[in-house]
Amino acid sequence: GHPEIFPLVFTTKTQEIFNCRVDEDVTEENCFKLIKKEDIIQDLKTRATISDFHPVKKVVLEYPGEELLVVFDAKFQYGQNFYFVASEEAKENLLKPPETAEEKDDDKEEENREETPEIHPYKPPVHKPWVSLGSEKEVEEESVKDTVTKIKYMISRVRRKFGAPVTFTDKNASHVKDSYVECTSYQDKTFSIKMLEKDVGVQMVPKVREASTQTKWTYPKNAATQYFPRQLSNEEKEESLSSEKLKEFLTSVHLRMEIALQQNEIMNAFFDDWKALAEDESSSGGKPDVYLKAYQSFTDLRYLKDRTISCICWHPTIYGTIAVSARVWLSYEEQVNLSDKSLLQQSVILFWSFFDPIHPQLMLECPEDIYCFQFRPSDPNVIAGGCINGQVVLWDISQHEEKLQNAKPVADGIKPSLMQVQQSSTEPPLVRYCAVSSIQNSHKKPVTDIHWLPDYFEDNRMGATFENRAEMCVQLVTCSPDCSILFWDIPATKLPEQPSSEKVEEEEIFCMPPDVPDTFKHLDLCWKPLIKINLHKSDTTTEYNPVRISLKELHYHYKTSEKVQSLDTLEVPAKDNPYAEMSTPSSKNLKVLENISTDFFAGTEDGEIVYSNWKMEIDSGSAKPVSQKHTQKYTIHTETINTLQRSPFFKDIVLSVGGRNFAIWKEGVTNGPILQSSCSAGRYTAGQWSLTRPGVFFIGREDGNIDIWDLLRKTHEPSHFQNISESMITFISPWIASPKQHFLAVSDDLGVLHVLEICQTLSHPSRNEHANVLDYFEREVKYLK
Amino acid sequence: MSLKRSSVQYTPSYITLLCLLCNREKAEVEETLKRIQAHKGVIATIVVNAEGIPIRTTLDNSTTVQYAGLLHQLIMKARSTVRDIDPQNDLTFLRIRSKKHEIMVAPDKEYLLIVIQNPCE
Repeated sequence: GHPEIFPLVFTTKTQEIFNCRVDEDVTEENCFKLIKKEDIIQDLKTRATISDFHPVKKVVLEYPGEELLVVFDAKFQYGQNFYFVASEEAKENLLKPPETAEEKDDDKEEENREETPEIHPYKPPVHKPWVSLGSEKEVEEESVKDTVTKIKYMISRVRRKFGAPVTFTDKNASHVKDSYVECTSYQDKTFSIKMLEKDVGVQMVPKVREASTQTKWTYPKNAATQYFPRQLSNEEKEESLSSEKLKEFLTSVHLRMEIALQQNEIMNAFFDDWKALAEDESSSGGKPDVYLKAYQSFTDLRYLKDRTISCICWHPTIYGTIAVSARVWLSYEEQVNLSDKSLLQQSVILFWSFFDPIHPQLMLECPEDIYCFQFRPSDPNVIAGGCINGQVVLWDISQHEEKLQNAKPVADGIKPSLMQVQQSSTEPPLVRYCAVSSIQNSHKKPVTDIHWLPDYFEDNRMGATFENRAEMCVQLVTCSPDCSILFWDIPATKLPEQPSSEKVEEEEIFCMPPDVPDTFKHLDLCWKPLIKINLHKSDTTTEYNPVRISLKELHYHYKTSEKVQSLDTLEVPAKDNPYAEMSTPSSKNLKVLENISTDFFAGTEDGEIVYSNWKMEIDSGSAKPVSQKHTQKYTIHTETINTLQRSPFFKDIVLSVGGRNFAIWKEGVTNGPILQSSCSAGRYTAGQWSLTRPGVFFIGREDGNIDIWDLLRKTHEPSHFQNISESMITFISPWIASPKQHFLAVSDDLGVLHVLEICQTLSHPSRNEHANVLDYFEREVKYLK
Repeated sequence: MSLKRSSVQYTPSYITLLCLLCNREKAEVEETLKRIQAHKGVIATIVVNAEGIPIRTTLDNSTTVQYAGLLHQLIMKARSTVRDIDPQNDLTFLRIRSKKHEIMVAPDKEYLLIVIQNPCE
């Protein structure tokens, strides 16, 4: 219990004496009763031990105040019906906050009464004496005090002058300079103050000095040092090798070396497991909805009307530039009677740029419809094309190269100014061809395939390969269904020998229009092929009619040239017109390359795949050059081969597409194709390997679909197909424009070029994909055997 | 100091013995180098003398000379680094891992053994 609260029992008698009768004087609400101390003492004396106050007699006697508080305990909280508060403080606390306690419950009231001794009353802050911390000195220093007392002046006027009449005089304003009169101040010489004190600020500045000197300028001179490494002669090497010291050295060292080598063999310490895990996830992760996103499509109503696109080529160096060649769609009869055909419209090769989907950037004029064309790898300004009448055409677009590079995006939505409208209505520049081959010596049928030979070798008339000193592509190979494959050479200068009179007759003095570059002027109309190969069938005298050709050594890269290790090619300095200054290399000084393969695959019009060699050997019997007889033929396809392409990753894997199926061949495997697809419902009309993933290739169909085959996922059906257009797909060309953007250009029969963006899963190879695909091919080869 | 004539007589048998000894040592040297070369992934092995001149190599001349010159300088730098930090210490092995392969150099007082290996993935 509370130390100051004493529970008491009040009998009725006591209640009467002190006027604290229950439910009459005191109630549950009004439970306080102040009883005088004297009365209690009186009661104690009269009734002694029977007095109810007897147990607390001592406390009562010691109580300091006059009146004691007795509280009616209705709820018997302290055990009895009354309790007695023994201190003044407690009394006050109980009596005072009943105002607030009345709002709360009875329990709370009692609790408050218990807590009252702990409430701290508010004490206003007490003044403390000032303790100086030295700030008064600063205040004094900064305060401004008068050093001298201020002098007071009182100026007044004599009283009688107040209110006196004023006299004014006139003055002419024009007499005064500037019509301005003033009362200027002047220095009164009779009065001066001597300044005794002056407050001036001074700043220290480092002394600045400028000095210059001139050195003697001797003319600059390039200095170079040539050095060669020291080498030991053979005897010295032998001596060292036999010395005892070397033996000791090796004994001591080889153990460390072997440990290090073995460590590398056991595991790759720098292999990042986390990274590898991430790659796997990204490849097997969510499939994109659309594998080939439509990026842009190009068509031209004037030049591509009623035409089908025969060939697509991406510009090797300029981003976003693509060229298409179109030809009139001919039925078979019309194709046979080519001479009857009259061209209503000029055939052109159009250059499109991503930045301007409506207007072609450049147009190349073609003598006839172009079946196929290629940019020259070493110099993308030269383009070679094969015509429908068997001729080979060359263009030189170096003048327009800058324009192509600066193709600006066309802003739509902005009202074009008059000048812009004028500019846009001008036609794209038309570039005339520089040279065509002579008609007699070209093919007799359309040139269906054309390739530039890589820049590290060139052929001579015998078909032997020589090193190409200049690192420029100078040779072409074309094939045509007239059963021949022609190798063309672009010689440096004018051909020195023009002996025969027939040639002179053929040469017409042809005046080229002035804006055509004369790079190949010497070739125009008298260009003859270097080597002609007739594809004879081995058993009969009939010949093959090749439509597509794929040489083994056609792997070239546009940006950097891969040097074959055994060559020492010289660097030719870049000149403006390399042709003018390059002399015809004499074939005697060039090194014969033995390791260049001269085998090739050819696909024919009848659907056969022929594997042959172009190197000509001197037949020992007749001492005449004869092409080799080793040819192999495979008949898998039923219709004309429309695609024959080597894999960009594996030099000996070839994809052939024709008719209703396609096949994958490996060079050296003569049993047949290592993979052959089943006959499909529609015809396959185009095919291309993917440039980034070794096991992926795209097949175009007659119904406008593209089948995407992934050899690592499924080999019996395409892993995905997508519809691109309503009409037949005629050509597919993939391209890597930037590491993030991989495009697929697809052309169809209506003359529309669709450019699609390849999604990431299709463009990024998974880890070890190259090795996996290689394994797959090797397995297939094993099954064949 | 006066030159003293060697007391050894170069009899034919003595010379044959020397040649045999040399050959034997040479054979051992060859064997050790062959064994190192035969390890999986090893592209090339080069033995270089103290001046940086290659003595024995399996690569072509120009590449060897390049490797020898560059690595010789690098070894000298690495060795001086190690010894500057602690003169009691010395360089025993240097491995340079690059994207394409790993170059391992074991230095010695007079010679340098360089091995280029393609670590398998």
